[in-house]
Amino acid sequence: MLKQVKDRLISLIFILIGLSILTYGLTFLLPSDPVEIMIDTMGLPHDPETIEKLNEQYGFDKSFWVQYKTWLVGIFHGDFGWSVKYNQPVNEALWRKLPNTVKLSCSAFLMMILVSFPLGILSAVYKNKAADYIIRFMSFIGVSIPSFWFGMMIIYLFGVELKWLPVAGFTTWKGLIMPTLTLGITNSAYYIRRIRAVMVEQMSEEYISGLRSKGISKRRIIFRHVLPNSLLAVITMLGMSFGGMLGGTMIVETIFGWNGIGSAAMGAITARDYKLVQGYVLWMGFIYVIVNLIVDISYQFIDPRIRRGMASK
Amino acid sequence: MKKSRKPMTPSRRRAWIRFTIALFFAVLFVCFALFASSFARYDPLKTDYDNMLAAPSSRYWFGTDQLGRDIFSRILYGGKTSLLIAFLVTGIVATVGIFIGTAAGFLGGVFDGILMRFCDMLMAFPGSIFTIAMVSFIGTGIPNLILAMSLTSWTGFARISRSLVLSIKNNVYIEQARMGGASDWKILFVYIIPNVLPSLLVNIFQSIGGKLLTISGLSLLGLGSPPPTPEWGFMLSEGKNFMYQAPWMLVFPGLVILINVVIFNLLSDSIQDLMNPKESTW
Repeated sequence: MLKQVKDRLISLIFILIGLSILTYGLTFLLPSDPVEIMIDTMGLPHDPETIEKLNEQYGFDKSFWVQYKTWLVGIFHGDFGWSVKYNQPVNEALWRKLPNTVKLSCSAFLMMILVSFPLGILSAVYKNKAADYIIRFMSFIGVSIPSFWFGMMIIYLFGVELKWLPVAGFTTWKGLIMPTLTLGITNSAYYIRRIRAVMVEQMSEEYISGLRSKGISKRRIIFRHVLPNSLLAVITMLGMSFGGMLGGTMIVETIFGWNGIGSAAMGAITARDYKLVQGYVLWMGFIYVIVNLIVDISYQFIDPRIRRGMASK
Repeated sequence: MKKSRKPMTPSRRRAWIRFTIALFFAVLFVCFALFASSFARYDPLKTDYDNMLAAPSSRYWFGTDQLGRDIFSRILYGGKTSLLIAFLVTGIVATVGIFIGTAAGFLGGVFDGILMRFCDMLMAFPGSIFTIAMVSFIGTGIPNLILAMSLTSWTGFARISRSLVLSIKNNVYIEQARMGGASDWKILFVYIIPNVLPSLLVNIFQSIGGKLLTISGLSLLGLGSPPPTPEWGFMLSEGKNFMYQAPWMLVFPGLVILINVVIFNLLSDSIQDLMNPKESTW
């Protein structure tokens, strides 16, 4: 198992290098010269002297790899550049808003699990019964619904029509409800379908008829055999979905005016604050990669087949 | 349509019915978009300052927006933008992905190794974030949107088609074709790609639905097509500001996005069921 973990860590290094090159490469997609943009955003005069000075200061005239190296060294020292919009280092601007995003993603993640597991299991157990049809129909709509539209509709329903929840000023726990619902419910639809599919597949395995012929109750088979076997497949998906959720926070935060790093990045995009966008991509990519690594490694600890397989070698 | 030789079990028949219905509506909506000008009741850009934010009525079926433009007509024209981009992007990523994936699976070796590591690396990032970042760097506009979405999502197709190729690569007929003197390229284009395409239809239709969601999400953030071109996501972002006075500005564009995504997901699902009834998700 240690070897497996080591392999994953080595591939992690390559992935992170790739991530940093791609993120840095974004700068070279800019339609105009970065120096020009900097002059524009800082309100400096467009004369050759300023351009030369900035070139010298930031090394824009050097080759890609030299610039990349300088940039990467900065990243390792926690220097992600200066955010023009927030007028402070990118790192600080993002760090200050991170807790809000973590709060939102975690509560949405929790909600997703609380909704999708019971419904997915129910749907599989009552396969082709009324409950299953209803859950399947709802989850099918759920995977197709645009999350932002769902969010807007619940703002309209709970905020404007029923006036239960605040429409703006999301500072209290009440403000967390609607973004959590939006992110949690739209993401859980996918899981309900996956959990059902995995469980139905497990239930058609031969060992199940073996167990049934031994007279073991259906409930026991489901909770002791089918569920543990299905969980393993679901855990990997959970890791992947965390990334989708992080991406989703950007839209949801923007709609609800939630003061997290997603809406900060959105604001940075409109203000052409490229350093902050870059920092955001790097942070998100990093979080995503790490979460997946943890899931992958824990998967190997949970699955007895892999655990024993490695022990016997 | 090819007649199925397999016996028509009830679940198979239901899958056929779902497929036919979904296909009918997909064609219908594509026609709405293609011939928007003949279905539209007004010019989508024509303003009517006497009827701003008017509620749905017999004159304006879906109501009007803040400039008195007919929402029904704007939705029809919006379909042109949204569906066109979704089809184009899916077409691009499917072509590129399938070609690269099948080539990797078929040729194997170093090419396959490098390619798959590259795919792994790209797939290790949250794609949606990268798409957004890329659009924000290269600038908004439809060509840029298509470029950014294509660059970040061809890997899925590459992986799937590669694994499909690996599963059929050692079939006897491939061996026979080779013995008959067919070149690698001929085998790839004549025997392998046509064989994996039907299975990939599932992913192609799913991708169209997914792309529709991405496009409207990006437009909503102001990263899609520039106004005043009608586009579903952008209509939603305008509607958000008039939620109190004109909820129809929110309801109808969103509903249309939902219906379209449902149709394409349904197509994908029913094809999956028709081809592989055992792994049915329905």
